[in-house]
Amino acid sequence: MADIERQLQERAKSAIDAGTPVAIIAGGTKSFLGNRVAAEPLHVAGHSGIVDYDPRELVITARCGTKLQEIEQVLSASSQMLPFEPPHFGGSATLGGAVACGLSGPRRPYAGSVRDHVLGCRIINGRGEVLNFGGKVMKNVAGFDVSRLMTGAFGTLGVLLEISLRVLPRPAASLTLVRECRDPVAYLCGLASKPIPVDAAAQVEGLCHIRLSGSVRAVSEARNQLGGDALDGHEAFWEDLREQRLPFFGSDAPLWRIASGPSVPMPNLQGTWLIDWGGSQRWLKSVAGEVEVRQAAEAIGGHATLFRGEGNAFHPLKGSLGALHQRLKAAFDPKGIFNPGRLYPEF
Amino acid sequence: MQFGGSGRESLILALRAMLGEESVLTEKEELAPFECDGLSVYRKLPMAVLLPSTVEEVQGILRLCSDHGVPVVARGAGTGLSGGALPLNDGVLLSLSRFDRIIDIDPEQRTATVQPGVRNLAISEAAAPHGLYYAPDPSSQIACTIGGNVAENSGGVHCLKYGLTVHNLLALKVVTMEGELVEIGSGAPDSQGYDLLALMTGSEGLLGVIVEVTVKLLARPERAQVLLAAFDDVRHAAEAVGAVISAGIIPAGLEMMDNLAIRAAEDFAHAGYPVEAEAILLCELDGTNAEVSEHVMKVREVMQHAGATEVRTARDEEERRMFWKGRKSAFPAVGRISPDYYCMDGTIPRRNLPEVLERIASLSKKYGLRVANVFHAGDGNLHPLILFDANGEGELDRTEAFGQEILSLCIEMGGTITGEHGVGVEKLDSMCLQFNPAELAQFHAIKSAFDQEGLLNPGKAVPTLHRCAEFGALHVHEGNLPHAHLERF
Repeated sequence: MADIERQLQERAKSAIDAGTPVAIIAGGTKSFLGNRVAAEPLHVAGHSGIVDYDPRELVITARCGTKLQEIEQVLSASSQMLPFEPPHFGGSATLGGAVACGLSGPRRPYAGSVRDHVLGCRIINGRGEVLNFGGKVMKNVAGFDVSRLMTGAFGTLGVLLEISLRVLPRPAASLTLVRECRDPVAYLCGLASKPIPVDAAAQVEGLCHIRLSGSVRAVSEARNQLGGDALDGHEAFWEDLREQRLPFFGSDAPLWRIASGPSVPMPNLQGTWLIDWGGSQRWLKSVAGEVEVRQAAEAIGGHATLFRGEGNAFHPLKGSLGALHQRLKAAFDPKGIFNPGRLYPEF
Repeated sequence: MQFGGSGRESLILALRAMLGEESVLTEKEELAPFECDGLSVYRKLPMAVLLPSTVEEVQGILRLCSDHGVPVVARGAGTGLSGGALPLNDGVLLSLSRFDRIIDIDPEQRTATVQPGVRNLAISEAAAPHGLYYAPDPSSQIACTIGGNVAENSGGVHCLKYGLTVHNLLALKVVTMEGELVEIGSGAPDSQGYDLLALMTGSEGLLGVIVEVTVKLLARPERAQVLLAAFDDVRHAAEAVGAVISAGIIPAGLEMMDNLAIRAAEDFAHAGYPVEAEAILLCELDGTNAEVSEHVMKVREVMQHAGATEVRTARDEEERRMFWKGRKSAFPAVGRISPDYYCMDGTIPRRNLPEVLERIASLSKKYGLRVANVFHAGDGNLHPLILFDANGEGELDRTEAFGQEILSLCIEMGGTITGEHGVGVEKLDSMCLQFNPAELAQFHAIKSAFDQEGLLNPGKAVPTLHRCAEFGALHVHEGNLPHAHLERF
């Protein structure tokens, strides 16, 4: 646990003065995601530690380099959790990386995404200034929502120094049912329209997996209602799904993530599929070309990310969105110092 | 026409040619209904009120105004409480009242796509046949529009569990000041690039004009139950709030009212409130039948343990409705016991509730003005209502000074000057307390990225650095007041 804000600010300032871009790196577990940044590394993992946590507040504030593992352990000791179940992709994964990459796990459609739980942040912008936005309270509409804008921006708008997040109590009970499902999209998506305490729903290798969480009685009643076999060691299953350790993720073929509305038909693409998020996040292992995959994603009103593989990582920005992104980037980082090209080659 | 100038006249002529005579209002009596929003102490007449009916017309208006360098203020139902829709004398007011169509309810995707002038409650009504509803429920939901909700990031009594507007949005269509139509988000749970959906939400009409909104719908919970707990000490009620959360329960709503508010609401709504209580908590629990039963028992225990003198569970749907009616009519009820009232909207960390309520009580004595407290206790969002008489000598000034002190107190506690009502014109000075010049400059840079000439709702939401310098505000940094050892009453 250390506060190295001053050093980070000095490093950022000298990079800005020299006009030398930097690649922000904390735990380095998600460097495979996004486009490569050819720049000097700016290591932020040393800026770590939980700054404030009072379980009654349902809020935790920690420095960017704090390991996710540490945060999860501390929350767990008070029977609380990060509701969005962030993927780690390695033991050195940090809070800053999780927020900068904007990734959420299986509970996301039912409890909200990482950005939904971000309440405030402290950053270094491209002028070398340390700024605070948002705060430590649930409701806060003073000023533009910079904290959520920083989430998923892959460090291109500035260095995240400190983040406040909303946390939630862990459910009293939880179990996972496994059953056959002929039309997984309709089945998984339909669950959310019923008064059932579902908090994860995926189809893996032909079987639908439904996690029920809530009070003891609510879970047990829902289990009787839905039917299916309870999965032994179900926590490990969802963790393996979140961490992409299931056999599905093992092959060498490129991995695509297609995000769409939950009930839209499966795109017409060759490859193997894994459906998560109750239908709205679909993983595809396929050698299909980039253009083909992106067109198919657009055809169902979604977008495609090349999660693992060689090529442009993110779905192209349409129309005037590209220019708007560049102007926003310039508003935070006028000299283009932070993570240039990580999101899109143009900025 | 009230305002002269050939530039203005040529603009009005061009607007009339585009929209038709009846959609461009310029006579004083036609403009009067638009002179203020829900914060009626501020009033101004715009150069013209425009009533477009199509996205193309909105684009045309913004292009014309860009060309003429004329500011534009967008307006929904005008129920906002911070003056965000206050017109500008040298600008046009763009009313979205004709954009009142529900475009699509999709029960499978659980989404509603609507025009911005659709009322908040109308979305839930349209979704009801499918067993679905739109969760954010600001107290003005009968009248306020979804476009205004997005602009203000509106909350409501259920946002403790279901979030604010920003948590319940999927997509927006927005027209920029240059007249360009931008689509943000989609039916997918996230979108490529920056989270512009979050940035637009709560941007108070400074970044673009919202012309279409897609929201998430939720399945109606199987059951909702409300408990009313009475306390003979405000501090005990405030402590009970933290105790419920600590018990691992997230209520759908957790509201608090103090004695003055209880009495006013009871006189007005006859909700059956215990009028002798110093404070009451209303705690709504929803979910499956089994879960609600379990949680009702638990919350009852927690309340009793925290010192509640009485805990009631609504016997039936009718009593539940009455409990809420009292709460939802608290503002107009207070309006009956005082010629005027001024509603504050700060948020603080829950743990500071007892202390802040005591400090507000002592400020009330200092200013000689009564305060009724009605608020979203679960998320620490305070709504102290300062009672005053605008005709009383200097009372408005004292009220505003009192309000300013409450907001400073919120910042000092690590909270914020506005939880859900927005900054508008009302809290510009308080923004100088919460943000330092570099942070404000960052906000202005964001504004310029969308609206280079600064023509969309200028002068609202973010104060100029010049204004802050004149205001001479002390920026409170992370709750550390300069000279913290000095007493501040």
